[in-house]
Amino acid sequence: MLATGTFHMGTLHAEVEANTVCTSSRPSPPMLSAPPLIEARAIVKRFGALLANDHVDLSVAECEVHALLGENGAGKSTLVKILYGLLQPTEGTLLWQGAPFSLHNPAEARQRGIGMVFQHFSLFDALTVAENVALALNGDEPVTRVAARLAEVSRAYGLPLEPGREVWRLSVGERQRIEIVRCLMQDPRLLILDEPTSVLTPQECEGLFATLERVKAEGCSVLYISHKLEEVRHICERATILRHGKVVGSCDPRQESAASLAEMMVGSKVAPARHDRLVMAGEVRLAVGGLSLRSPDPHGTSLRDIGFEVRAGEVFGIAGVAGNGQDELFAALSGEMLAETAGTIRIDGVATGQLGINARRLMGGAFVPEERLGHATAPSFRLSDNALASGHATNGFVRRGMIDRAATRAWVDRIVKAFDVRKGPRDPEAKALSGGNLQKFIVGREILRNPRLLIVSQPTWGVDAGAASLIRQALIDLSRSGAAVLVISQDLDELFEIADRMAVIFHGRISAPLDTEGLRREAVGLLMGGGGFSANIVDQAA
Amino acid sequence: MMRLVLTRRDDAPAWMVLVSPLVAVALTLLSGAVMFALLGLDPLKALGVYFISPISDGWALQELAVKATPLILISVGLSLCYLSNNWNIGAEGQFVMGAIFGGWVAIATHGAANDPWVFPAMMLAGMLGGAALGMIPAILKTRLAVNEILTSLMLVYVAELLLDWLVRGPWRDPKGFNFPQSVMFDKDAQVMRLMADGRINLGTPIAIIVVVIAAIMMARTLKGFEIRLVGAAPRAACFAGFDEKRLTWTVFAISGALAGLAGIIEVSGTMGHLQPSVSPGYGFTAIIVAFLGRLNPIGCLIAAVVLAITFIGGENAQISLRLPLDVTRVFQGMLLFYVLACDAVLNYRFERVRTGGAAA
Repeated sequence: MLATGTFHMGTLHAEVEANTVCTSSRPSPPMLSAPPLIEARAIVKRFGALLANDHVDLSVAECEVHALLGENGAGKSTLVKILYGLLQPTEGTLLWQGAPFSLHNPAEARQRGIGMVFQHFSLFDALTVAENVALALNGDEPVTRVAARLAEVSRAYGLPLEPGREVWRLSVGERQRIEIVRCLMQDPRLLILDEPTSVLTPQECEGLFATLERVKAEGCSVLYISHKLEEVRHICERATILRHGKVVGSCDPRQESAASLAEMMVGSKVAPARHDRLVMAGEVRLAVGGLSLRSPDPHGTSLRDIGFEVRAGEVFGIAGVAGNGQDELFAALSGEMLAETAGTIRIDGVATGQLGINARRLMGGAFVPEERLGHATAPSFRLSDNALASGHATNGFVRRGMIDRAATRAWVDRIVKAFDVRKGPRDPEAKALSGGNLQKFIVGREILRNPRLLIVSQPTWGVDAGAASLIRQALIDLSRSGAAVLVISQDLDELFEIADRMAVIFHGRISAPLDTEGLRREAVGLLMGGGGFSANIVDQAA
Repeated sequence: MMRLVLTRRDDAPAWMVLVSPLVAVALTLLSGAVMFALLGLDPLKALGVYFISPISDGWALQELAVKATPLILISVGLSLCYLSNNWNIGAEGQFVMGAIFGGWVAIATHGAANDPWVFPAMMLAGMLGGAALGMIPAILKTRLAVNEILTSLMLVYVAELLLDWLVRGPWRDPKGFNFPQSVMFDKDAQVMRLMADGRINLGTPIAIIVVVIAAIMMARTLKGFEIRLVGAAPRAACFAGFDEKRLTWTVFAISGALAGLAGIIEVSGTMGHLQPSVSPGYGFTAIIVAFLGRLNPIGCLIAAVVLAITFIGGENAQISLRLPLDVTRVFQGMLLFYVLACDAVLNYRFERVRTGGAAA
C-alpha cells in the first residue's frame, strides 16, 4: 500500500541532517538525573462536550528540541495554549523543573521564561520593527534602547533584521524573525513554535533550523509543532504524538520514517497521492496573457504582465512566498476583482476578465480561496448556508428568489459523505469544524460540481496529513478526469507532489512554466527568492 | 497597572441571544425603581404608571398600537441596514422627509375632488421621500467612502429644518391664524381609522404585513441571505458574488422607504396636517427597538411594543406624577445601554491583566 520514496521533503534536507543533531554542551540527555524543564501531567481540557485534551502527558527536557505532532483537532493547540497560559486546564498539573506551578495568563508564562511564536503573526504593519518589539515587551524601555538590544540579539542568533524598517515592507520570513527575536529578547528557557515553516521558502527554512540550533546551544528548549514530518525528523530529538486529544506515542523521530510517523499521527496508513504522469494535456482551458492589476491595498502587490496557460487534464502549480501577488492573482482569476481588459483572462477562449465570479462559475469555473474562515466560508454560518454561498448561481438552490433548504442540506450530506468530513451535528457552523475537515468541505463543495476549471489557493495550508492527502488526491483525480486545475501554493512539497508544471510568482511577476519532472527544488527555491528572476524569464512568460 | 481585556467567547450558548434583552428590560425596571425612589416617589406606583397603565384598557391599547406602528416600520428597515454593516442613524430624517413628500401630495390635492388614489399616492410619495434621503449617505459611502453614520445623522437636521421652513413659509395654512402648520388634509388623504372610539388606524396592519414580508425575506430568500452574509463576512460575500456596494444602496433605500412610510402614516393618521415637529424621536428610538429586537423583524415587533409603552407611560407620568418628558428619554437610554451591556457581558469574557515593565 505504501509506496517508497514518495515524500519529497527529504531530498533537500538530507545533507544538513548530520549537523542538526543536538550539539549542545551537554554530552547526554539529562533525562534521568535532572527533572525536565517543563512537564505536563494528566492534563484534561474540556470545552463543553468536547474533550480537547484527555489526560495528556508531555515533558520537555533542558536543551531539547521536542516535536508535538498530531492532526488538526488532535489537541495540539489546546495543549500549547495551556503551556503558554492562554487557557486553564480543567484538570492536571504543570511542573517547572520538577516543581508544580500554574499559569494564569501569557504574561506569567513570559516571566517564567516561556516564549511563543504563533502561526499568525501579531504585528502592526505601519510600525517599525523596533516599535513592534517595544510594544510587545510591555515595558518602559525607550524604543532606541529596544532597537539597540534588538540589533544585538538578532546578530547573535543570525536573524538579520533592520530595527528601523516598517513591517509592511518585510517578507513573511522577516516578519517571523521579528516574532522570534521578540521572544529571544526575553531570555526564554522554552521557545514554542507553531507551524513555523508553513510560510517560508526552503532557503528560509534552513535559516530557521540554523537559528534553532543556536537557540538550543544557548540552553533554551524548543517545543516544535508541525505537520511536516521530514522537518520534524531532521531537527527534533523527541516527539510526542497526539490523536483525538490523547497521547498515542512518543518516539525519537530520527529513528522513524516519515511514513511511520504519519501512521502514528493518523492511526492508519496514509497513502501518498497516486500520480500517473500526464500523458498528454488537452486543449487550453485557462489562458492568461498580459494581465496587470493594481492592488487596491497600499501594502498589496500589484500584478505585472502575468501570462500562463492551463490545459485540460493537467495540474498547474504557482509557487511563491506569501505576499508576492498570490492574493491578487486569485482575486483576478476568480472575478472577485475585475481585470482592466476582458481579453487578459480567457476561459475556453472566451474573454472573461470583466465578468463577475458567478458568470465564471456558470462557465465551469470553481474557486477555493486560501482563507478558510472569513473568505471561503462565513464562520458563524451553517455548512448548508456556506454551500449556498458558492453554489447559489449554479446548483439550483434558489427558485424565484426563494432558497430550497432541503436541497442545500442534501448537498452538504453529499459533500460530507464523498469527502469524509467529520463533524458533530448534521449541519454545524463552519467555525465548529477543525481546519482539515472544513477544508475538505470547501474543496468538496467545488469538486462535486464537476468543474471544467478549478482554481485553488493553498489547498492544504495548516491541514493535517490525512486530510491533505485526500485533498491532493482529489485534485489530481479531477485533473485526470479532464478538468484544468490551477494550484497556487506556498508549499513546495505539495506542488512537487501534485503539479505537472509549475511557475513561480515573485513581486507580482511570473516566471516561465517549468516541467515538474526532473525539476530541482533548489532551482524553484531560487526563483521564489527572486534570484534568477531575470528579464528574459519574464519575457518568455509574456 | 491593571488592564481590562475582553475576549470573545466562542462557547456562548444560543439561548443567550434571547435572554439578554429580557435581562436588559429587568435591569432597566430595577434602575427605574431606584431613580423614582431618589426622586421621592413610590417606586411601585411610579413603575405602574409607566408600564402598567399603558396596557390597562382598550383605549390605551389602541394608543399603544399607534405609537408602536412607526417604531415597527422604522426598526425593521434599520435591522436590514445593521445586519449588513450599514449604520443608518438618520431614520428620523427619513421619517420627516416621508412626511414632507407624502404631505405635499395631500396639500397639492387639497380641496380637489376626493379621489381614492390620493391615499396610495401619498404613501408612495412618502416612501420615495424617505428612500431619496436615505440614498444620499449610501451613495456618499460607496462612491467617496464617507462615513454613513455622520452623513445620515446630519441629514436629520436638514430634513427637520426643511419641514420647519415649509410649514412656516410656502405651505402655511392661509386660514390658520398664522400658526406654523399646513392645511388639514382632506378625509381621503387621511389614514383610515379602524375603530370608532380610538385612534388605531390602517397603519398598524400595514406595519404587521411589513414584518411578515421582512421575516420571510430574511429567513427564506436569497436577498435575505445576501444581507446576512455581507454583514457577517464581507469577503465571503464577495466570494459568493454579491455586490456589497449595490447592497448598501438597496438596504438604505428600503430602510429609508420604510421610515418615510412611517412618517406619512403618522402625519396623515394622527395629526392630519404638517407641523414643525412631527416626531417625538421615533427615528432614534427605533434604533433601540432594532437592537432590543435582535435585528429580527418579529423581534422588532415585540420590542416596538415595549418602547411604545415607555412613550405612553411617559405621557401618563407627565400628567399624574408631574415628571418631565426627559424621564422617558432616560428610560429609553437605559434600555439601550443595558441591551448592549448584556450582550457584551454574555458574549465576552472579562479578564484583568496585570501589566508593568518592571515585573516582565
